[in-house]
Amino acid sequence: MSTRYTKDHEYIRVEGDTAVVGISDYAQAQLGDVVYVELPSVGKALAKGAEAAVVESVKAASEIYAPVSGEVVAVNAELEATPGTVNEDPAGRGWFLKMTIKDAGELDALMSEEQYQEFVKSIS
Amino acid sequence: MAEPVHADETLKTPLHAEHVALGARMVPFAGYDMPVQYPTGIMTEHNWTREHAGLFDVSHMGQAFLIAEDKSHETVARALEMLIPSDVVSLKPNQQRYSQLLADDGGILDDLMVTRVGAPGHEGWLYLVVNASMKDADYAHIRSRLPKGVTLNPKDGLALIALQGPSAAAVLSEKAPGAADLPFMMSADVQVDGIWCHISRSGYTGEDGYEISTHAGDAAKLWRSFLANPEVKPIGLGARDSLRLEAGLCLYGHDIDTTTSPIEAGLIWSIQKRRREEGGFPGAARIQREIKDGPARVRVGIKPEGRAPAREGAIIATPDGREVGIVTSGGFGPTINGPVAMGYVSSDVSAVGTDLHLVVRGKPIAAKVAAMPFAPHRYKR
Repeated sequence: MSTRYTKDHEYIRVEGDTAVVGISDYAQAQLGDVVYVELPSVGKALAKGAEAAVVESVKAASEIYAPVSGEVVAVNAELEATPGTVNEDPAGRGWFLKMTIKDAGELDALMSEEQYQEFVKSIS
Repeated sequence: MAEPVHADETLKTPLHAEHVALGARMVPFAGYDMPVQYPTGIMTEHNWTREHAGLFDVSHMGQAFLIAEDKSHETVARALEMLIPSDVVSLKPNQQRYSQLLADDGGILDDLMVTRVGAPGHEGWLYLVVNASMKDADYAHIRSRLPKGVTLNPKDGLALIALQGPSAAAVLSEKAPGAADLPFMMSADVQVDGIWCHISRSGYTGEDGYEISTHAGDAAKLWRSFLANPEVKPIGLGARDSLRLEAGLCLYGHDIDTTTSPIEAGLIWSIQKRRREEGGFPGAARIQREIKDGPARVRVGIKPEGRAPAREGAIIATPDGREVGIVTSGGFGPTINGPVAMGYVSSDVSAVGTDLHLVVRGKPIAAKVAAMPFAPHRYKR
């Protein structure tokens, strides 16, 4: 199962026909304590790079962008009550949304796990 | 999630190396490279300060003395009263007051702390603490308005450390016996581990605590000495902001500025009776009129419903869509465990409990005017 990353620190993990989107461990650490996540409605069509969600830490609000184009098929409703899950388990229980993948070619333009770790090293 | 830019010309406080060694995330603030948080994070730091004692480096703030050549408190107090609306003449030695430097139209140029220096041989001295971002402008303004015989002496060689929280008195008393007996808004000169400190029972968190001025060269030793106590943890600017917001305290440049008067800002408590009646400060006519008739708009606390924080700049409207104001500070209050905000609204919708809408990312969220402070003050009265 491959996970790809954007330069804005979103991850997208393909699971069958759909993909799980969230933020990287580096991103959650940079944000600090997450206190609120605003999620899109199921069924919303997202273009690659469009605002998909908003994550708020104590200090600031940050936009989360769609890593690829597609349609939202599920959102992580648990984040409403326990937004801190994003900090505790960003790659697992702290996921944001699931979406369809309109054009699998868009995934190729994103970074692999290895490339992303290099990228994080280069900016830290 | 842009990384802060570290400009070479950024100033450093005497405690800069301490913050870096503690693993703080440093950000530019008011021209200084300052710790926004330490590795434990803002939420933990905020809660620690409410439950134990937090240590803050606020050395970026401006510390200055106003000195009357004739060594008369009356002379220096009258000179400052020309610039601020608070009663300075009646200050007792070592007493401190919160006030504002006012523009001629009654707008606020900065807010500041004023203390009558009580140390022997300093009759006719006032100690001022002003905001970091405003100190150059404040000093120029004050100097341009001083009468002959009164001089302003900024002290760049001083550090300022805040020790805040319910354990602060016990922590400081261990080193400076008697510190626990100091009343709120009073100050004293003490020795801590052989280091000279000017302490005042005050702060910016709503908690009991102290602001501690010391020589820059002694600051790191003092800082480490406090941190050696397990009740004390370092706290960054992030938690400083959430703590003061829950305490309902104004942040200059956000909740108060040249477009707001002290009356609109709800700071009438800082204008003592004699000054309200006599005037004699910049903007006195407007301020006396606003006291008498009530201002057209006022700063209020606002509690958004739900979990979404409303931040600075959010439009405030009535439920039927009439725009009535703007949020000037807003975020998540860890002690409240929910969003809190403050802002200015038309006086007709300023009563506690009034239903309002806050426009967040284009969508209205329900909110109510709330009494401030959100978290009760726990000052030592």
